[in-house]
Amino acid sequence: MAAIELSGVKKTYPGGAQVIHGIDLAIADGEMVVLVGPSGCGKSTLLRMIAGLESITEGTISIGGAVVNKREPAERDIAMVFQNYALYPHMTVRGNLEYGLKNRGTPRDEIDARVNAAAQTLEIAPFLDRKPRQLSGGQRQRVAMGRAIVRQPKAFLFDEPLSNLDAKLRGQMRIEIRRLQRSLGTTSVYVTHDQLEAMTLADRLVVMNGGHIEQVGKPTELYDRPASLFVAGFIGSPPMNLIDVERIRALPGVSLPASLPAGTDIVGIRPDAVVMGKGAAGDIPLTGTVELIEPVGGESHLYVRVAGLEQIFVIVAQGRTTLTETGQVDFAVPVATLHPFNRASGRRL
Amino acid sequence: MVENRPLLTVLTHLVLIVGVIVVVFPVYLAFIASTHGSGDFMRGLVPLLPGPHLIENYGKMLTEGISTAGAPPLWIMLMNSLIIAIIIAVGKIAISLLSAYAIVFFKFPFRMVAFWIIFITLMLPVEVRIIPTFAVVANLGLLNSYVGLTLPLIASATATFLFRQFFLTVPDELMEAARVDGAGPIKFFRDILLPLSRTNIAALFVILFIYGWVQYLWPLLVTTDSRYYTVVMGIKRLAATADSEPQWNFVMAAVMLAMLPPVLVVIFMQRLFVKGLVETEK
Repeated sequence: MAAIELSGVKKTYPGGAQVIHGIDLAIADGEMVVLVGPSGCGKSTLLRMIAGLESITEGTISIGGAVVNKREPAERDIAMVFQNYALYPHMTVRGNLEYGLKNRGTPRDEIDARVNAAAQTLEIAPFLDRKPRQLSGGQRQRVAMGRAIVRQPKAFLFDEPLSNLDAKLRGQMRIEIRRLQRSLGTTSVYVTHDQLEAMTLADRLVVMNGGHIEQVGKPTELYDRPASLFVAGFIGSPPMNLIDVERIRALPGVSLPASLPAGTDIVGIRPDAVVMGKGAAGDIPLTGTVELIEPVGGESHLYVRVAGLEQIFVIVAQGRTTLTETGQVDFAVPVATLHPFNRASGRRL
Repeated sequence: MVENRPLLTVLTHLVLIVGVIVVVFPVYLAFIASTHGSGDFMRGLVPLLPGPHLIENYGKMLTEGISTAGAPPLWIMLMNSLIIAIIIAVGKIAISLLSAYAIVFFKFPFRMVAFWIIFITLMLPVEVRIIPTFAVVANLGLLNSYVGLTLPLIASATATFLFRQFFLTVPDELMEAARVDGAGPIKFFRDILLPLSRTNIAALFVILFIYGWVQYLWPLLVTTDSRYYTVVMGIKRLAATADSEPQWNFVMAAVMLAMLPPVLVVIFMQRLFVKGLVETEK
């Protein structure tokens, strides 16, 4: 168990392509940090740099207070869970769990004790003598987790470990990973592109874009106060409506409050912040045509075309809706829920 | 096929049966010949049923050989062939595994150059470079030795190429997982890569064993001492007697015995062999 510290970390490939542009991040002991971002944002590369599978061009990475830049992955005392599990296909489950311990020269009886304990925790004890190919996807995932646990490393690194599972299993394993990480209290770095996974697992969320960190914070913080247009558009599903201020001002009978900071030229509106109907006094009233309704069960997603706005406005309406497609809808946006952004800087104001 | 056309079935079976006969009949004839007395095959009418001299013929060939043809007892030649075939197969597999491992898993300058140089040796089998190779082997004093018999045949790239293709299909994550688990290059090779290549190794062993076993020209060139004769070249010596009729019964007994080891290798490794060709265990 240890804190991980990244300072000024950069990565440039031999061809000259720079993929990581100076990352500073301190991960506290026992914390679960999730790196999230679109594909190609450098999150996996960063994780692999922490693991020691990619070299570090500039800056330092330290684990437990010691700089590990030049250390081999095995010497960093970390464990990694891979997207495709990377189980050794010719070894039994037990062999897979033992391999790392054997290489470290752990005594036989301790290996057995740790493997059995991990198998109990993950409920894979009945499969210990099977080969990975005889297991289902979920079971393989557990074995991959087990291989990380038995090592009792300073940190767990997860590289999109759930993306090969079906949606239901993914939900289950997500909860299990969270529970396991809490009970073990091991520092963890988790990479995913699935923002639901990111929101639910993270103590702190790191949103990355183009090799930079966009924002770091608690998941709810990021949801409530996205620091940039990118984070605003990335966190939340359905995504935030980002609307040109000029176009709103131009709508008949609509005025924006003077309380918006100077320089605001884009406002963000969360789909679930919208109030159906005329709204209270002071709210911004809007009217549009429903183009599409997605009933999700407890709520409905409405895709509404508002005359004068260029993009489709997305609304999350609680409960069942009586609206029909092509029908008219009145809704209102409470002023307090507006997120002001500046287009040029891309930052929140 | 879901078609049900009796005529077609009959026809296809006929073709298959004819094919089998064409392949099997010579072998059968060789076997029959090896069971008859020395003059029986010269009398014009070729017998089609086994004769009474089976044990006698095989026993004589195995233990005494035909001294007039300058051939040692067959068991010596069989042993030589076996030793050479195994050395060639094992040597080739060992070298190829290691060079393929280096080429696929390590980054070093001129990696692709190294690969292509190895690959080019495919175009230079022993038969093509036989005279310079002979000169080298002779100058090194390796004539009439197992080293001289095997070393030039080991040096080629077929298996390197096959192992390279297989190694390329091994996911990178497997190597990374092993690195995280504290396995260095040697351990990764021994604990992960070698077991994964098991079926490929078996398939190659069968192919290379037979390749080594049927070598004819090279043993003929580098051996003058009958202690190092191999069975395939020995058969030629048996058949080519200068001033008398070849003793076909003995020659055929030698042929049957020479055929046996490759057949046994194929039979016993067939399961692994087929697996190695069709499936990759990942």
